[in-house]
This record gives sequence, structure tokens and C-alpha cells, in this order.
Amino acid sequence: MNNTGKLKLSSSELDLDRPNIEDYLPSGSSVQQERLGKLRLYMCDLLDISPSLFEAAGAIVDDSFTRCFKSNPPEPWNWNVYLLPLWCCGVVIRYLILFPFRVLVLTLGWIIFLSSFIPVNFLLKGNDDMRRKIERCLVEMICSFFVASWTGVVNYHGPRPCMRPRQVFVANHTSMIDFIILEQMTAFAVIMQKHPGWVGLLQSTILESVGCIWFNRSEAKDREIVARKLRNHVQGANNNPLLIFPEGTCVNNHYTVMFKKGAFELGCTVCPVAIKYNKIFVDAFWNSRKQSFTTHLLQLMTSWAVVCDVWYLEPQNLKPGETPIEFAERVRDIISIRAGLKKVPWDGYLKYSRPSPKHREGKQKSFAESVLRRFEEN
Amino acid sequence: MGTTSSLLTQYDIEEVQEHCNHLFSQQEIVSLYQRFCQLDRNAKGFISADEFLSVPEFAMNPLSQRLLKMVDGLNFKDFVAFLSAFSAKASAQQKIELIFKVYDTDRNGKVSFKDMLEVLKDLSGSFMSDDQREVSPTICMLPSIA
Repeated sequence: MNNTGKLKLSSSELDLDRPNIEDYLPSGSSVQQERLGKLRLYMCDLLDISPSLFEAAGAIVDDSFTRCFKSNPPEPWNWNVYLLPLWCCGVVIRYLILFPFRVLVLTLGWIIFLSSFIPVNFLLKGNDDMRRKIERCLVEMICSFFVASWTGVVNYHGPRPCMRPRQVFVANHTSMIDFIILEQMTAFAVIMQKHPGWVGLLQSTILESVGCIWFNRSEAKDREIVARKLRNHVQGANNNPLLIFPEGTCVNNHYTVMFKKGAFELGCTVCPVAIKYNKIFVDAFWNSRKQSFTTHLLQLMTSWAVVCDVWYLEPQNLKPGETPIEFAERVRDIISIRAGLKKVPWDGYLKYSRPSPKHREGKQKSFAESVLRRFEEN
Repeated sequence: MGTTSSLLTQYDIEEVQEHCNHLFSQQEIVSLYQRFCQLDRNAKGFISADEFLSVPEFAMNPLSQRLLKMVDGLNFKDFVAFLSAFSAKASAQQKIELIFKVYDTDRNGKVSFKDMLEVLKDLSGSFMSDDQREVSPTICMLPSIA
């Protein structure tokens, strides 16, 4: 899944707003490459471990994986006599005026939603078609209320998704609000990690009605079950279009991690969707290690606005001779270019688990081969 | 997130710089501090082995366990002192000392043939047999004077 050859950081990938520590650590691997050109085996090839040590030290000092999940706090701008009172006024307006108003709007939305959803759910049990249509509209409506409660300014570009069978939508993932922003426009069915608390309650009641698929990251067997559910969903003509976040985890909207191939081996059209938030107003990255979803929502509701762009891009199909992994990379390329994100060659699940031994084995294999190859020459 | 450089006073920076023999500039120490705070998730003052291993690029390195023994639980000053061996301004003596320490796992001040074989085992894994590893130093060419 991971190309170990591409681990060296290039300076184009690094942030320009910090000094580049890598410039101060000379790359040791250039020495190794010089010697690799020679075919004989010298003692220093065996004893000199400095390339590996340099790589390890480089990883300690900075690595492209941790950078994907770093929420950069905004630079303080309110440091002087007239900016500070301005900022204080801003805080007062946001917390004491905007916030209560937004809570009111949201509560109103929930009241309308629940008072329509619950009766429809019970009364139209027999008439599935009608019920589904109304529930879809209601879900879109409550999502609009959510977006309004953050003063969301969302620019949608491109043709709106339509309900066709055998198509899947994939998008980059920054926070759970991605789903709400997309759901506002079209009622998608989504595949999500089951969350605890009130979010879980929402998932099991309301999202069931638009047709959602649950998975559990920690269960290994889960993958086959989920793959089957995905396939079944996509085949069904009456099901809502399926939205998948192939990164598998929230990333900070500056980078994309590797896409999981599950969405790309379903044998159907893949429609990429790119989402980019404007950080001037609020940083929408949900750092699930640092904040609960409730805290995240409160943070959004006490900022000025959530401004983002959503691009619905051209549907892609598996090209002849292309593997699902190559297809996934190609779609990731399309999304990253459109949203201005940098690609990193890491699997998002490394956030939760250690890398598998086969990555280390790749390095060991190349070292062993370079030594053994020169045995004959000596 | 964590702390910014405002929690690191000028005195602190100079103390750390002194400790690493001025091999890092003050700006570099500030950046290293930001990185240290980023890795040290619960602000304990040191980075645990687990937090080092959460960096996948480090965990994948064949020598990670050896380095981990040297760097686990260091406070910021010692962390910078450890990394100073990797600075371009460090002397060859210092770099060789570090390599020696990596080889000498039992800390007896000597690197034996066994130690060398152990490191070779880490680097080559299951892709070289024990026999091949033992033989490899003996068939090395001597470097030519030219």
C-alpha cells in the first residue's frame, strides 16, 4: 500500500511558514548511492549505518504523516492597543449575540424536523416510496439548518449529483461536517464509523432512513462484510447515491492521505468531490484526538462563518488495465489538484495503529540484496 | 495544540544551546521545541517510546529499536543534545561516537563481532541468513589507496 522508496521528504512538501530543519540535517543516503554504483563490497558498506540513522533522525525532527493531522493555530493578530479592543468586541458579538441566535435557529430546525420526521416514520410505514421521499427532504432540511447555524457559506461548483444506479461519490475528509455540507444539497447514503454518544443516536435513527452503512475500524473481519454491503447498496436502484470518504480518517485540509481501495473495486462509476475550507474564518479540521464532536460544533458555532468550496468533478471509470489501487491514486490526484491539497504516501489508519512489519521488511530486503549482489563480485 | 515558543524564554534557549555546544542555532532550537511539544502529547516533559513509534517513518526504520533505547524519556535539553550529532556542524568524532553507541547495545564500551552481527541482522532482517551475515565482513575488499 505504501511506496517505501518515496519516503524522503522533498522541500516542496514542507510548510513554508516554518524554517526547514531538514536543510540542517545533511542527507546521508547520497553517500550510500555513490557507493552503490561500485560493484565491490567494502567494509564501510557493512559498518556505516549513517543513512538509516539519518532517516530515523529526520523522521524524529519532522515527518509528513504527523503534519497531516496538525491543526495550526491561527497567528495572533490582536497584539496592540487598537486591535485588542476590536478583537474583544468580536468575541462579545460572537459569543453573546451570534451564538444564542444560532442555537435558536438550530433548535427551531430540530423542532420542525422531529415533528415531521417522527409522524412520517410511523404513519407512512406502508407507503415506502412516499416516506423515503419525505424523509430525504427532511434530512436535507435539517442539514441546511445545521449549515445555517454556523453561518455556512458554501460554494457548490459543477453539476449536482443525481440519483443513478452504479455510481459512488468519493470526497476528501476534514471533519464530520463534510457530510452535513454535502447532504444539504443531495441526500446521500454514507458509510461511517459508528460513534458513541448523541452522535451515535443520530446515526442509528435518522441516518438509517437515508440508508447508511456502519463499519468498525477495530474489527478485522469487518472489511469483507462492509465490502458486501457496499456492493449491495450500489446495485440497488432505489437507494440514495452512496458517499464514501476513502481516506478513512479526518485530515487537516492541507494534505490527502492514501485512499482505501474499497470504493474503487465496486465496478461502478466513481464521482470525485473536492472540499476545501477557507481557514481565514475558521479551521474546520476536526482533530478527533483533541476535541469531541460537541466541542468541535461549539467552536464552529462561535466563529464568524464556515466558508468552503465544493467541487463536483467529472465521473471516472476504471481504465482498462488499471488496478483499483492505481484508480484510487488517480482519483486522489484529481481531488488534490482541484482542492489545492498536497498528497502524502501514508495510510490514514496509521493514526490508530503501528505500521505493519512489511514496510520495514522492504527496507531490509533492499539492504540485504545490495550486499548479497556484490558477494559474487568480490 | 501545544505550546508555542513564548513558553521558551531566551534564557532557556541559551541554556539548551550551551548544552548542545552551539551546534544548533536559536531558531532551530525553537523549531525543535515546537516539534518536541507536538510529539509529547500530554505535556509530560519527555517523549515516551510509544509517542516516538507513532511517527510511522520512524517506526519503519530497521534501527528504530536501538535509537529508541537512546532517546526514550529524554527531556528537551537532552533531546536536542542527542540530535546535535546529526547537525552538519557536528564533528566527525561526535558522529562516530553516536554510531559506536548504536552498535554497543550492552554499553560495555566495546563493539565486538557479535555486536556487529546484531546490527547487520537488524538491517537485513530475514533476507540474509546467519551464515551469509557472518561471512560478509570476511570477504570485504580493502579500500584502495587511490
